[in-house]
Amino acid sequence: MARTFHPADARRWRAARVDNAAVAQRVARVRTRSIKTESKLRLLKLALSMVDLTTLEGQDTPDKVQSLCRKAMHPFLEQPDLPHTAAVCVYPNMVPVAVESVRGSGVKVAAVATGFPSGQIPVPLKIEEVKRTVAMGADEIDMVIDRGAFLAGEDQKVFEEIAMVKEACGKARLKVILETGELGTLDNVAAASRLAIAAGADFIKTSTGKISPAATMEVTLVMLEAIREHYLETGVMIGMKPAGGIRTAKQALHYLVMVAETLGKAWMSPEWFRFGASSLVNDLLHQIARREDGHYASPRRFSVD
Amino acid sequence: MNKKSESKPTLDLEGALELSPSPERIPVTIKERYGHFIGGKFHDGADESLFETINPATKETLAHVAAATEAEVNQAVKSARAAHSKVWSKMGGAERGKYLYRIARRLQEKSRELAAIETRDNGKPIRETRDVDIPLACAHFFYYAGWADKLEYALPGRQAKSLGVAAQVIPWNFPLLMAAWKLAPALATGNTVVLKPAETTPLTAMALAEIMQEVDLPPGVVNIVNGAGATGAALVGHGDVDKVAFTGSTGVGRIIMRQIAGTKKRATMELGGKGAQIVFADAALDQAVEGTINGIFFNQGHVCCAGSRLLLEESIAEDFLERLQRRVRTLRIGDPLDKNTDVGAINSPEQYATIQRYIEVGRKEGANVWQGSATAVPDTGYFVPPTILMGLQQSDTCAREEIFGPVLSVLTFRTPDEAVKKANDSEYGLAAGVWSEKTSKLFEVAHRLNAGIVWANGYNLFDPASPFGGVRHSGFGREGGIAGLWPYLEVA
Repeated sequence: MARTFHPADARRWRAARVDNAAVAQRVARVRTRSIKTESKLRLLKLALSMVDLTTLEGQDTPDKVQSLCRKAMHPFLEQPDLPHTAAVCVYPNMVPVAVESVRGSGVKVAAVATGFPSGQIPVPLKIEEVKRTVAMGADEIDMVIDRGAFLAGEDQKVFEEIAMVKEACGKARLKVILETGELGTLDNVAAASRLAIAAGADFIKTSTGKISPAATMEVTLVMLEAIREHYLETGVMIGMKPAGGIRTAKQALHYLVMVAETLGKAWMSPEWFRFGASSLVNDLLHQIARREDGHYASPRRFSVD
Repeated sequence: MNKKSESKPTLDLEGALELSPSPERIPVTIKERYGHFIGGKFHDGADESLFETINPATKETLAHVAAATEAEVNQAVKSARAAHSKVWSKMGGAERGKYLYRIARRLQEKSRELAAIETRDNGKPIRETRDVDIPLACAHFFYYAGWADKLEYALPGRQAKSLGVAAQVIPWNFPLLMAAWKLAPALATGNTVVLKPAETTPLTAMALAEIMQEVDLPPGVVNIVNGAGATGAALVGHGDVDKVAFTGSTGVGRIIMRQIAGTKKRATMELGGKGAQIVFADAALDQAVEGTINGIFFNQGHVCCAGSRLLLEESIAEDFLERLQRRVRTLRIGDPLDKNTDVGAINSPEQYATIQRYIEVGRKEGANVWQGSATAVPDTGYFVPPTILMGLQQSDTCAREEIFGPVLSVLTFRTPDEAVKKANDSEYGLAAGVWSEKTSKLFEVAHRLNAGIVWANGYNLFDPASPFGGVRHSGFGREGGIAGLWPYLEVA
C-alpha cells in the first residue's frame, strides 16, 4: 500500500537546516584520512563490490551491454578472486540483455526509469515504464524525482509519485535520484532526502550523471545524515548511492570513510552503499593490482569495459 | 542521558573503520642536548642545569636541555639591546620585512620536518601540526612581514617607533605557533627579542633558532633561552627589558604582573579561558556538533580559547548530546605521528594528573562522566580520551575552572537571556561560540557575550589578520591583525 502524505511532515522536512561551511569543513577532514597498506586493499575491494557499473547512452547496443555485464561479473580475469560489482545499471530497453548476461552471477540488474533523466513525462507513463521494466527482470529501479515540482514547493506531488513508483516496483528495490545538482542548496538536499525516504525509497541517490555537478562529498554527507536520522528514529536502514563524478579510487575510499564515520559498520556493504560509476572500476583495479604487484601496471592492462 | 535503551536503534561506529598504521616517516634531527641561542650563536648552557624533554606519547626522553641562569639571561638581554640600538631599529621597514619573508619561506620549506618534531615533543597529532600549527606559524610571519614597511598606516597620522627589547614567554600547547605569534609582530615593528619556550616543548624553538641563522638574521635580534619558571622570572624581571609578552596560565600571569608592577615595562597577557559554546535549538545541529568537537577536542583541549563549556538549549539537549557522542565515537586516539590520529597525548605527566584530578572532582560533584573514542586508549604514554561531563551545574568546579584538557562540561539553558547570563558567569573572557541559523539571534547574543573573541557557527578558527585576546582574567592586549602591532610600538 502506498504511503500517505502529511503536510506536517513536509514542514518538518523543509525545516532541515544545514550549514554549508561546516559541511565543507567536515568533508575536508574526511579527506585527510590516510588509508594505507592492508586497510587500503580491503577497502578497494569493498568499493569494487559496491559499484553499479553503468552505461546510459543513446548509443547503447546489446553488445555494449553484454560487454559491460562481463566486466561486472569478472572485473579482472587475472585476479579471479576479486568481487564482482554490485550491479549493472542500464536503460529499460537493455534490461533483457543484461538479465540474460548476468544470470547466476550475483550481479544485479538495475534500470533507470520514470522518464530518466529529466522525468518530464506524464505520471501514468512513469508507472507503466517501471512496471514493464520490472517485468523484464530488473532487480532495482533508479527513478528520478520531479525536481520542478520539488523546487515549486509541491511536495505532495513529488511524494505521491515516489510512493506510486515504489508500489509499481513490487519486489524490486527502489533508488530515488534527487538530482542534487539541480536542487541548488544543501537545505534542499536535506529536505528532498527526508521526503524520498518517507515516500518509500530503499536507496537515495545523488544524481543522474547527466547534470553537473553530480555526486559531491558534501551532498553525500547531508544525505547520509538524513539516512542516519531516519534509522535512529525508526530502525529502518536506507541505502545510499552517490553517482557521477567519482572516477578515482582515492575518491571512493574517502566516501567509504565518510560512510563508516557517519553510519557505521552496517552500511559498509553493497547491500547499503553503492557507487554509480563506470571509469571508477578501472582505477580501483589499477590500485588493487598495485598493492598485489608492488608497482603500477600500465592502464592498458585493464579492459575498457 | 546516554543510557541505551534496548529497543533504540544504535550505530556500530567504533569498529566501522579499521585503518592500518599510517605514520609520518620523514626523518627528523633531534640533538642529544640543547642550550640557548644568544647573539646569533648556540650556547651549550650549564651541565648542572640540564633537564629532560620527553615524548609524552611514549615517555621516551627526546633530549636534554639546559636551563638558563640569570647570567645567561642577562647576556641574552644585552645582546638583544645591542642588536636593537645598533642594527634593527635603524634598519628600514622594507629590509626588516625581507628577513621576515625569508623566515616564513624557510619555515614552509621545513614544515614537514617541523611538524614531525613538534608532534614528538608536544604529543599533539601530526594532522594538527601539519595542517594547523606550522601553516599558521608561516602565515603569521608572512602577514607581519607585509606590515614591516607600512607601519605608518597602522597608526594613521601619528609617529611610531619600536619599544626596544621584548621578553616573550610562551606556553607548551602550540610551541612553534606561539613563538611565531610573538616574534613576527615584535620583529616587524623593529623590536628585538629574548624568547623563552616552555620547558616541556623547547625543540621547535631551537629549530626556529637554526632558521634564524640560515636566513642571516642579524645576531641578537632573536635570542632564545631555555628553562622553567626561574628562567622566566629572571627574564621578565630583567631591568633592561621594555616589554613583556606572556601567554600561559592566569596564575603565572598574575605573578608576572606583580613582578613588573611599578616598572616602565609594557605588557600583554594572553591567559586562561573557559569558553562557552552556546547551541540554540535552531542551529544546524550536525554541523554544530562538528564545531563543538573542534572547540574542545582540538589539540586535546590544550587551547586557552577552548570551548570547554557547552551550553545547550534544553529542548535539544538530549538530542544534541547523542549526536555529539556519536561523533566522538569516531575520533581516533593513538600514536600522534599516525596521520589518522584525531586525539594525541597529553603534553606532560603533570597536566595528565591535573586532568584526571578534575575528572574525579567532576564525578564527586555529581557529574555523569562519559568517555568515548573509535580506538582503544593507548597505555604507552599520557592519554586521556575525549570526556564529556553531563549533569553539571553552574557552581560546579568543572564548570568554572580551566581544565586544559579534552574535557567538555555540559550545561543547559532555556532562553537567550539565560544563555548569555550563564556564558558570562565566568572569571575568564577569552572566547565563545554561538550556534544558530538565525542571524538576528547570532548577532544579538554575540554582542552580549563578554569575551575577546566570539565565533558564530564555528570555533577555533584562526587567521593572522584577525586579532586575538581576552578580557577579565583572560588577559589584555591583542595578538594578530593590525591590533597586534600596537603593543610593540611607542606612539609619539
